[in-house]
Amino acid sequence: MTADRWRHALVIAMPYAWLLLFFAAPFAIVLKISLADQAIGIPPYTPLMAEGKIQATIANYQFLFSDSLYARAYLNALWYAAWATFGCLLIGYPLAYGIVRAPLPWRSTLLLFVILPFWTSYLIRVYAWIGLLKGNGLINNLLIGAGLIHEPLALINDAFAIYVGLIYTYLPYMVLPLYAALEKLDPALLEAASDLGCRPSTAFRRVTLPLSMPGVIAGCLLVFIPMCGEFVIPDLLGGPNQLMIGKVLWDEFFTNRDWPVASAVAVAMLVLLVLPMAAVRRQLTGESV
Amino acid sequence: MPGPGSRPASEGPIPHLVLANVAKRFPQAASPAVDGVSLELARGEFFALLGPSGCGKTTLLRMLAGFEMPDAGSIRIDGQDMGAVPPYARPVNMMFQSYALFPHMSVADNVGFGLRQAKRPKDEIAARVAAMLDLVKLGALARRKPGQLSGGEKQRVALARALINEPKLLLLDEPLTALDRKLREETRFELVRIQRRVGITFLMVTHDQEEAMSMASRIAVMEKGRIAQIGAPAEVYERPANRFVAGFLGAINLFEARVVAATNDLLTLDSVEIGARLTVTHDRVLPLGTEVALALRPEKLSLARMPDSRWNNSLAGTVRGVAYRGEASDVEIELTCGKIVRATMANIGGARDTLDIGQPIFAGWSGEAGVVLEQ
Repeated sequence: MTADRWRHALVIAMPYAWLLLFFAAPFAIVLKISLADQAIGIPPYTPLMAEGKIQATIANYQFLFSDSLYARAYLNALWYAAWATFGCLLIGYPLAYGIVRAPLPWRSTLLLFVILPFWTSYLIRVYAWIGLLKGNGLINNLLIGAGLIHEPLALINDAFAIYVGLIYTYLPYMVLPLYAALEKLDPALLEAASDLGCRPSTAFRRVTLPLSMPGVIAGCLLVFIPMCGEFVIPDLLGGPNQLMIGKVLWDEFFTNRDWPVASAVAVAMLVLLVLPMAAVRRQLTGESV
Repeated sequence: MPGPGSRPASEGPIPHLVLANVAKRFPQAASPAVDGVSLELARGEFFALLGPSGCGKTTLLRMLAGFEMPDAGSIRIDGQDMGAVPPYARPVNMMFQSYALFPHMSVADNVGFGLRQAKRPKDEIAARVAAMLDLVKLGALARRKPGQLSGGEKQRVALARALINEPKLLLLDEPLTALDRKLREETRFELVRIQRRVGITFLMVTHDQEEAMSMASRIAVMEKGRIAQIGAPAEVYERPANRFVAGFLGAINLFEARVVAATNDLLTLDSVEIGARLTVTHDRVLPLGTEVALALRPEKLSLARMPDSRWNNSLAGTVRGVAYRGEASDVEIELTCGKIVRATMANIGGARDTLDIGQPIFAGWSGEAGVVLEQ
C-alpha cells in the first residue's frame, strides 16, 4: 500500500474509531453491568466472568417489568417530551420564519439571540426558573402586586413547570434546523404560487410547509430524544411527584446505588428510543425514492 | 406620446394591454428602474422587451405580474385597472427564469396547480393537464418530480403550468437563458408554434437580441428604464432610432459625419473621422452642418480587390483579421485613416476566396445600405 492509500484509510477510520471509543465501548460496559448482580463493594456489582464461567442474569430486566413505576416513568417521559416537542414547534416555527424573513443585515443578529443562552450553563438557567416560578418568586409577586391574584399560583413542582423548563431549554435546537430548512426555500416558489392563484396563507400551506418538513422532522427528533432522557428539569422544577425516566435512572445510580438496575433502565431506554426513530427514518427515506 | 411604432401593425384594434407612464424607483436606488414607460399590446401578440441587464425590463415584467407596485402610472388589461389587484387575482401568469417548479410535486401536479387553486372539478383538471402535457410533449413524464427532469423538460413544465390557466397575458422571464445553445435554437421555433396555437398574448423579457428578433412580432428596446424604440424586428434592426439601439442589436460600424448637401432623399456627408465624403439615402432633409452618425451593419459592406462600379461609397484599407464562422466570416479591416471597421462575408465560394492578413482591400456599399442616426 502506498502512503496515499494509508492516509485515505486513516481518514475513513477516524469516525469509526470515534464511535467505537465513545459509543460502542461505553454501551458495552453499561450492557455488561445491566447483566450483573448488585454487590457491596467497589465497583458495586458482580463481575461478568467468575470462576471461568459467564455469570449473566436478566433479572434486572425482569425487575423493570415487575414494578409499574418504571413503565409509568417511561410513558410519562414520552408524554412530557411529546407535548414539549409540540410546544417547541409551535413557538420555534414562527420564530425561525420571522428570522428568515427579516432584512438580511438583521438575520445573523437575530440568530445570535437564539443561540445566546448557550453562553450560560444550562443548569444555572434552570435554577433561574425556580426563582421566577416559586411561590414568592418574580411572577407570583408581579401578579399579586398588579392585583390580579390574591394567593400565589402553584407554578412550580408541577407538570406546568416541567413544560416551561423543557420548552425553554430545547427551543434553540428546534429553531436552528427550521431556520436552515426555511432559508433554503427559493422565494421564487412563493411568487409562483401567488402567480398561480394562491393567497399568502394557501401558499404557506401548499409550498412553505411541505418544503420545510425535513427541518420540522430534524428539529423534532433533535428535541424529543434528549427530552425523553432529561433529569435535571424534572428534578429541579417538577418536584417529587413528577416521574420521568431520566430522573428514575439518576435515583437508581446515585441514591440506591443499584448500578445493574440503573444500567438495565438505560439499555431499555436506548432500545425504546432507537427503534421508533429507525422506523421513522426508514419511512422517510422510503418516501423520497 | 406614443411614437409611430407603438401601435401594433397587425389587425386587432382593441388595446388589450395598456401601460401608461409606468414608473418605479427602488428605495436607495440612484436612478429609477422604470422611468415612464407607455406601451400598448394587441391580443395574441408575441412581444419582446429587449435590453441590457439593469435596463428595467424585469422590473416592468414584475409589475405586470403584480410582484412590484408601480410608483406612478397605470396598467390596464382589457380595460381593467390592475393597480390594486394582487398577483393571485390577476389574469396573468408568469414563466419564471429559474422555472420555480415545486420540487415536492410531480410534473402533473405542478401543471395542474393553478386549476386546483381555481377549484375546477377533478376530471376537468385531469383532462386539461393531459392535453397540456401533450402540447408540450411531456405526456410520458407526468409522474416524475422536477428534480428528475433535464433543463429543457423543466422549461416545458414551467410553460405548461403557466399556459394551462389560459391567462390573458403570459409573461416569460428570459425563457431560454438557462438552456444550452442547440436546445435554445430548437425551442425558439417551439415557443412560437405554441404561442400561435394557443393564441395567448406573450410578453417576453430577454437580453439576447437574436432571441427577441427571431421570436417576437414586435420588440421594445429598453435603455435606462425607458423605451428607446418599438417596432417589428426588421424595422428595429434595419432602421435603429439611435446609437444605443443600433449598437445593442448586433455589430455595427459608426462613422461620425456632418451634413454638407441634402436633397429630398439623398444626403451627402463629410466625415472628418475617416476623411471621406459619403452619400446615403434618408427620408428627411436635414439642415446643412447637422452632426450625425452613419451606421452600417457589417453584412451590408462588400469587400473587393478593386472598387465596384455599383458602390456609391468606397474606402480603402487592409485586412487586419479574419474570423471564420462556417456560414460566414467576420473580417476586420483597418482603413487608411486607422479606423477599424467590421464586415461580414458569406462563405459562398468555399475555401477559394479566403483573405490574407495584411492584404489591401476595398470596402464599399450602396447609398441604401447605411442609416443616418440623428442622435
